[in-house]
Amino acid sequence: MTENVEVPKELDATIQSMDNRFHDIVTLDDRKSYTGYLVPVENLIDFATSIRDDLGYDYLSSVTGVDYFPEEKMEVVYHAYKTSGGGALVFKVQIPREKPEVPSLISVFPGSDFQEREAWDLLGIRFSGHPNLTRILMWEGFEGHPLRKDWKEPFFEEEKKPYKNRWPEGGVYRIEDEVPMGKNVKYPLGFDPQKWTPEEQTTFKEDMDSEAGDNGSNGSAMHTDQIVVNLGPQHPSTHGVFRMVARLDGETVVDLYPEMGYLHRNHEKIGERNTYIMNMPYTDRLDYISSMSNNLGYALAVESLMGIKPPERTEYIRVMMVELTRIVSHLWSIGFLLNDLGAFFTPALYAINERELILDIFEATAGSRMMCNYLRFGGISRDLPDGILETVRELVNERLPRKIDELDTYLTENEILRSRCIGVGVLSKEDAIAYSAAGPVLRASGVSYDVRRADPYSIYERFEFDVVVRYNGDVYDRYLVRMEEIRQSLRILHQVVRDIPEGEIQTGKALYQVRVPAGEAYGRVENPKGELGFYVVSNGKPNPWRYHIRAPSFINLTALGKMCKGEKVADVVAILGSIDIVLGETDR
Amino acid sequence: MTEGLNNPDIPIPDELAGSIAITTLDKIYNWGRRSSIWPMMFGLACCAIEMIATAASRYDLSRFGMEVMRPSPRQADLMIVSGTVTKKMIPVIVRLYNQMPEPKYVLAMGACASGGGPFKEGYNVVAGVDKFIPVDVYTPGCPPTPQALLHGLITLQKKIDKQSILKVNWYRKEAIPAIPIPILGPDLIDPRDYEKIRNLPPVQEESTAEA
Ligand code: SF4
Repeated sequence: MTENVEVPKELDATIQSMDNRFHDIVTLDDRKSYTGYLVPVENLIDFATSIRDDLGYDYLSSVTGVDYFPEEKMEVVYHAYKTSGGGALVFKVQIPREKPEVPSLISVFPGSDFQEREAWDLLGIRFSGHPNLTRILMWEGFEGHPLRKDWKEPFFEEEKKPYKNRWPEGGVYRIEDEVPMGKNVKYPLGFDPQKWTPEEQTTFKEDMDSEAGDNGSNGSAMHTDQIVVNLGPQHPSTHGVFRMVARLDGETVVDLYPEMGYLHRNHEKIGERNTYIMNMPYTDRLDYISSMSNNLGYALAVESLMGIKPPERTEYIRVMMVELTRIVSHLWSIGFLLNDLGAFFTPALYAINERELILDIFEATAGSRMMCNYLRFGGISRDLPDGILETVRELVNERLPRKIDELDTYLTENEILRSRCIGVGVLSKEDAIAYSAAGPVLRASGVSYDVRRADPYSIYERFEFDVVVRYNGDVYDRYLVRMEEIRQSLRILHQVVRDIPEGEIQTGKALYQVRVPAGEAYGRVENPKGELGFYVVSNGKPNPWRYHIRAPSFINLTALGKMCKGEKVADVVAILGSIDIVLGETDR
Repeated sequence: MTEGLNNPDIPIPDELAGSIAITTLDKIYNWGRRSSIWPMMFGLACCAIEMIATAASRYDLSRFGMEVMRPSPRQADLMIVSGTVTKKMIPVIVRLYNQMPEPKYVLAMGACASGGGPFKEGYNVVAGVDKFIPVDVYTPGCPPTPQALLHGLITLQKKIDKQSILKVNWYRKEAIPAIPIPILGPDLIDPRDYEKIRNLPPVQEESTAEA
C-alpha cells in the first residue's frame, strides 16, 4: 500500500519535464491508493502523442474502462510503458456516464484498436474517430452493455457472492426454476421474434466491397475475381473457436479480418460478483494451458492491494511452477505449429509426451492436471508433496534438456519447416510496438522486452537468464524464440531447485474471505503468450468493483491482419499458429 | 477377434473355429460401429485440451478405433462437445449437428457442456448443450481427466451395443427432422420458443425495463 502512494510522486517529475503545456491541465489522481494522472478528454490525444514522442512511453499495454456507477461517471484507464523497461505511466480520462465519449487513440497507438472495441462492446464507451467501432465479443444487435453495473444478466441472483440461498441460509434452489422460460435469456419489452429483422452482420467495410472483382490495375492485367473465404469458427487450424474472414485474390490474401467472441464466457462480469478468492480458479480457465502463471498475475495484483508478500519458499515454488508452465505452453505451441504446417500430429505427440510428465508434477502438487488453482494471496494452497522436488530435479536436469535438443535436431534445420516459415508473416519492430504485441511475438521482432527483466516481479531479479530476442519477425523466428525460451526456463529451474529453501508457505493466516483495502492495482506477469495483466479496483468490499484482464492472446491478434496481408492463404494458418493464441484468454 | 462375436447357441465344428464366426446381424452391425467411432475434430474450450491429450500417446484413443478425427461433420459419427457452449457459438454447433449423417452421437464433455459449469451464470453462456441438441453421454469433470473421457466413450460403446438395426430411427421411412437453428437477436432466440417469447409474463418486462 505504501508503495502505491510513492509511485505518483516519482512519476510527477517525468510529467514536470514535459512540455509545460500540460502542467495546468493534467492532474494527479489523488484518490487514496490510486496512481496516475487524470487527463481532460480534450487533451487526451495530445497527451498520448507527447508521452510517446517526448517521454518514450511507446508501448500502450492496456486500455480499459471502469463504470463508477454511484458517482455517475465512467473512466477509461490507460497503462503505458517504455520498451526500454521500467514502471507504468497510468493515465485516465473521466467522462459523464450518460454520454461516455472519448477520442480514440488508434492514430497514436494502433494497438488500442481491439481494446477500445471491447470497451465499447462491454461498457458502452464510445471512442470517436475509431474507424470500425463495432462489437467485438458479443454480436452486433445484442441488447445492452453487460459490464455496466446496472446491467443484469438473465440468471441474475444477487449483486454479490456468496449468494444467500447457498450460504449461510442454505436453501439452495436452481436458478432455472426462478426465471421465465427457465432459460438464460432476456428480451426487450414487447419483443416479437417474428416481426424482428436481424441486424446486418458485415465483416468487411463497404469501401472494400466496392473493390471486389477487379484486379486489373493498368488495363492489361488479367482480370481476376476476389473472393471472400471464411475460416472457422469450426476449423481445425484455428486452435479453438476463432474465425477469420479473408479476402483473396487467387491464393493471395488481400485483407483479413479476425472475428472472435465465440468463447466469451463473461469472466469479468462473473469476476465482479465473485469474492476475491473465488476468482482464482477462474483465472485457470483464461489461458488454460498455463494456469499456474495466470494464478500468479492475479495473486500479484491482489497482494499489491493488500500490501503483503509471500514467504521465501513460496516465491521459489511459484517461480518453479510458472517456469514449468512456460515449458508446457511452448512445447504445446511448437507441436501445434507443426500441425498447422501439415506435419499432422507426430511432432505434437513428441511435445505432449513431455508435457504429460510436467502435468504429473502439477497433479501431485495441486491436485489437478490442468486447472491447478494453486496460488493463494500471500501463499500457495499447499506445500510440495514428499519427493516431488526429486522428480523435478531429474526432469529439468536430465530428461528435458535432452528431449529439447532432440526436438531441436528434428525440427530447426528441417528443410520443409524452414521454407514454410522463413520470411512468412513478417512483423517489423515498429509495428510490433505500435500494435502492442507481447511475448514471443514482440521479441521475435527485435524488441528485447520481457516483463521478468523490464519490470521484475516475484524474485526474478535473483535469477540468471537471457531475454531471448530475434530480429526477423517471421514465423521461423517466433518458433526459435519459443525453443530458446524453453532452454532459458530450464536454466531458471536449475537455479530454483538448487536454491529452494525450507520454511513457511503462507504469510499470515490463509483466509477464505480476504480483506482488500480500497484502491486500484495492476499486476502483470510475463505469461508464455505475452504480458498478462490484471487490473483490479477495490472499494473495500469483499468483491472487486472492477476486474479486468489484459489478455495477450487477444491483443496480439490486432496485428494478425497486418501480418497476413500479401501472404498465401495456406500461410495464414501458420501465422496464426505462430502467434499462439488460446481462445479462453482471447475471448475471456 | 471373433470370440466376442460368436453366438454361443450355434456350435461351430472344431476345424472351422479359427476361420468362421456365426453371429447375429445386430451384433456384427454394432460391433463394426462401436469399433470405429470417428469423432469430429473440433474443440470448444479448455476441455478440448484434455481431449487432445486423450488422443495422444499416453492415453491413446486409437485403442478404441477412435483416433480418426474428422474435420468435416459429414464424415463424423460422434460430436464431442468439449467445452463451454456460448450463445454466439450455438448456431454453429446446431448446424454442425444437422450436417452430421445418421447414426450420430453426442458426448457432452465436462461441466460446461453438460450444464453450464463454472460459467453458467454468464450472459453469453448456454447452460448445457442439451438445451439444443440431444446428448447421449455426459462426462463430468472440469476438465474430465483423459481417463474420464475414455470412460465416457466406453459408455457410449455400451450404448451402441444395445441398439437394434430393426428399431433404430435412421432406417425408418420418415425423415428425421433437422433441429431449428437458433438466431442471434437482442438475445439468443430459439425458433421453437417463438410463442413463449411473445407471451412472456410481465416479471420479465419489469426487470428489462429497469435495466
Ligand atoms: S468444464 Fe471446465 S475445463 Fe471444461 S470447458 Fe468448462 S471450464 Fe473448461
